[in-house]
Parts: sequence; structure tokens; C-alpha cells
Amino acid sequence: MTGFQFLVGILYLLSASLFVVGLHMMRAPATARNGNRISAIGMVIAVLATIVLALVVDGGEWIAWVALTAGVLVGAVFGVYRARTVKMTDVPQLVSVFNAVGGSAAAAIAFAAFILATSSDPLELTVSIPVVLDVLIGSITFSGSLIAAGKLQGIIPGNPVTFPGSRLLNALVALIALGASVAAVMLPHNTLLLLVVLVTALILGILMVLAIGGADAPVVVSLLNALTGLAVAMAGFAIDNQALIIAGALVGAAGTILTLQMAQAMNRSVLSIIVGGFGTGETTATAGPADEDLTNVRSLTSDDVAIQLAYAQHVLIVPGYGLAAAQAQHEVAELAALLMAHNIDVKYAIHPVAGRMPGHMNVLLAEANVPYEQMLQLDEANAAFDNCDVALVIGANDVCNPDARKPGNAVSGMPILDADHAKAVVVIKRSMRPGYAGITNPLFTDPKTGMLFADAKKALKDITVAVKEYVSA
Amino acid sequence: MMETLYSNLAIFVLALLVGVEVIGKIPSTLHTPMMSGSNAIHGVVIAGAVVTASLADSPTGYILTFIAGAFAAANVFGGYVVTDRILKMFTRPTPPKKADTTTTEDAS
Repeated sequence: MTGFQFLVGILYLLSASLFVVGLHMMRAPATARNGNRISAIGMVIAVLATIVLALVVDGGEWIAWVALTAGVLVGAVFGVYRARTVKMTDVPQLVSVFNAVGGSAAAAIAFAAFILATSSDPLELTVSIPVVLDVLIGSITFSGSLIAAGKLQGIIPGNPVTFPGSRLLNALVALIALGASVAAVMLPHNTLLLLVVLVTALILGILMVLAIGGADAPVVVSLLNALTGLAVAMAGFAIDNQALIIAGALVGAAGTILTLQMAQAMNRSVLSIIVGGFGTGETTATAGPADEDLTNVRSLTSDDVAIQLAYAQHVLIVPGYGLAAAQAQHEVAELAALLMAHNIDVKYAIHPVAGRMPGHMNVLLAEANVPYEQMLQLDEANAAFDNCDVALVIGANDVCNPDARKPGNAVSGMPILDADHAKAVVVIKRSMRPGYAGITNPLFTDPKTGMLFADAKKALKDITVAVKEYVSA
Repeated sequence: MMETLYSNLAIFVLALLVGVEVIGKIPSTLHTPMMSGSNAIHGVVIAGAVVTASLADSPTGYILTFIAGAFAAANVFGGYVVTDRILKMFTRPTPPKKADTTTTEDAS
């Protein structure tokens, strides 16, 4: 190691520390934005150090530098444009697309390292293993993330796409991918074998994510984020670059933790989500036509709800997927502001999996200028329900299903919001159709619950108008 | 060679542990910006694209460099910009507004 390489190593260490400090600062809203900027400074240092190292040590050919510059310009324009224009409801898709491009960039780097090694020394295991793993993981991430983004965007059907023998096909493709991977590692470098790994991994990513229901897509995005991190770390092993190894491992850990937390919040194992099937929409159709339940359902008008809210002292709003889908975050914030202007205490009870990715509901509410302090996490919210006059459940299903406390059903054991502990409950929902767990919710037939059957956006507008009339009269 | 592999593996495992430790403490409210932020961090793969550019010496190498550069740049630039946009919304609540809500709470 020359003195120069040592200096670059120190700079990598500095940028890695900035990544860690930046992530660490994301634990509180007040420091989070600066945390992201500190992480970005770490990125600039890592990239500049690498450029200087590459120019001094290897030099390289001018065509390659032109190719790099052209690529970076194209990518940067696309990335910044999408980041600036994306709607907050579409952030999960964008994160998924960034996973796809990150994973494939890692795979491309590994492929380049492999081709380069072919033309020089025989390939060492310390290079061939990370190269093959990188191509494998990176390709799965690329195609899988694009399919996940397509599902979230609605371009690809949200329900699990399976066909007779699809599992057999999955197993077969996985087996070929694994076999080719092992062969590519063991046999003398063979570009064709690596291409087989690449193609089968791409197919595997498509098949895997196609079979997963739209409701599980957030977990999949998180999982693919973890895989992208791993792919980047593998690329770091392949080209012996510590910045990639550290940053990739950080992201891999982050994605894994989030995936586990989400799966836990949905009371599902990660494996059952990947394998697909259970509770992913297939069961929704067969599980309990809600006809007989309708006799016990108390249907409300927006005026009824307005009166209930106007008389309340403490209101807890439980926003769910339906609110996100209707993009009604501004309407709910407007209603809450109106109530608060009349001295009614309004808070939001937010389940960890509400929305389309972890913490997505908080982002949507933040977009509508809801102060961070009004968003209660699961434990805080459940303490608040006991003192709550009206729980306003908007497009949420399974996250407030009291049956989760009983054993023997699809949501048993899942941590829920105790909306049923409130003195009265109002549920805004388009129909009695069960959520993705495919089971009925006894909260909806509880005598203290009233149902307002409508689209979240329209219902909230109507209620707001009614409350205005009511409080001004 | 084994020495390099060992030190790289050590770095990898320790970074994993640091990641687990740091991420585990982030409240669920901030999970989306955190995920988006970590998403931007894996854009460090752009440094890998730079290394690839310095080593490439064939048409295939140039094409792979272009692909790696374009994809990595989309990841890193887009990731940081969108995370900043998300976090800008989280920092918006002003202190006076906060004081308002607390007094309302006390009064009721």
C-alpha cells in the first residue's frame, strides 16, 4: 500500500463515518434533513477520492472516461428529474426504481471486473465468488424491483400472478441459476456461464415478485433495498473497494431490519411473503361474503359524523391504505385543522404498515403540513385511545381488527391500533369488503361503530363542509 | 490475497452490525425517509463505476462503464434529492404552532 492509497483509505473511512452519522441523525425529524446532507457530503468525498485514485493509479483510457461521463450525465438528469417531480404517494415506486438501477449498476461493475480478469490472470476465488454473487443478486434486484414498481404504479396487476406449475418453474430457474453460479465460480472463467447466471437471475426476479400480492409489495421493496445493499457490497469485494463494502453493508442491514419490522407488524414471516399465496388476495375473494354482517352495520351520513366530531373533545384519526389510495391527506389535514380551531384535540394514530412502504403515511401527512407531534406511533396511540371520544378510521382494515387479539385467524398476534377502546368509532370505507388479510372486522359491526360508505377524499370533504355549517350555526 | 479478503470481510461484518445498531433506533414515523436515505447511500456504487472506467479496455468494458455510470448516477442523485424533499416536509412545523397545540391540550 502506497502512501497515496493510504490517504484514499482514510478518506473512505471519513465518508463511511459521515454515512453512519447521517443515518444516525435520521432518528429525529429536527436533525434528519441535515443528516441526509451529511450523508451526501460523505458521498462526494468517497467519489472524489475514487476519481483521484483511479486517475493516479490506473489512468484508464479516454473512451472509458467519456462513456462514464456520458452515463453519469444521463443518469443524473433522469434521477434528479424524477426525484423533483414524483408525487409523495408514488415515492415507494421511485425507491423501487432506484433499487433496480443500483442493483444493476453493481452487477455491471462485477461483470466488467470479470471480463477484465479473463484477459489477464487466472481468476482467484476471492474475486470470482463476489463477482458471481453480485451478478446473481444484482440481476434479481433489477428485474424484481422493476416488477415491484410496476405493481405499485398499477401497470402490472396487484394480485399475485401465478399459473399452473409456476412454483415448479421457479424452482427450475433457481436451480439453473445456482448451478450456473457454482460452475462459474469453479470452472476457469467463462463469460457464457456468467451470462446464464445473469439471464436466469433476471427471470427469477420477475417470477418471484410477480407471485407476490400488491399488499406485500412494500415489504418486497424493503427486501430488495437490502439486496441492493448486498449487491453493492459484493461489487466492493470484487474490485477491492472499501467504500462500497461499508455503504453496501449499512444499506443491507437497514433494509433487513425494516423488512423484519414490517413483516412483524403484519404478523407474517418474510418467507411466507416471498413464497406468496397466503392472504395475498387469493383468499379475499373466498373469505366471508359480508352480506349477513350488513344487518348489524350502522350506516352514517357525513352530517352524523360531523355532529359526532363537533361534540368530541379528543379525536384520534386512524389513516389507512384507503386514505393513501384516495390521496386524501390534504382533506384529512383540513378537517383536523378545522376541529382544532374549535378546541378539539386531534391526533393521528399511525400503524407502522399504514401506507405503501414503512412510515409512508407519516410522509403523506407531513406533505399536508401535519405537525410531526400530532402523529402518534403504535404504543403512544394505544395509550391515547382509552381517553378518546371518537376514533375516525379512514380506509384502514386489518390494522384495527380486534380479532388480532384472539388466536386462530389470519391476523392473530398482529400488533393493532386499539380503535375499539375509543368511546365511539366512525369508519370511512367504500364497502364492507375485507382488507388484504381477507377476514371480517368485528369493529365494523360493533354497536358503538358507525360506517360511512364513501371514497375517503369525498367523505372527508363532505364532513368538513358539514362541520363548518354546524359550528358556525 | 487472503489478507485483503480478511480485512474486507471484517469491514463488511462490522458495518453490518453498525447498520443494525443505528437503524434499530429510528422511529417508525421516519422509516420512509430513512429507507430513501439508505437507498441514496447505495448509490455509492457510482464510485465502483469510476473504478470500472479506469480499468475498462474493450468495447464491452466501455458499454458496461456507461451502464454502471448511468444507473449509479440515477440512484445517487435521485436518492439524495427525493430524500431531501421528503425531509423538508418533516421539518416544516414551526415552534409557535407547536405551542398552540399544547395549550389546546391543556385547556381541554
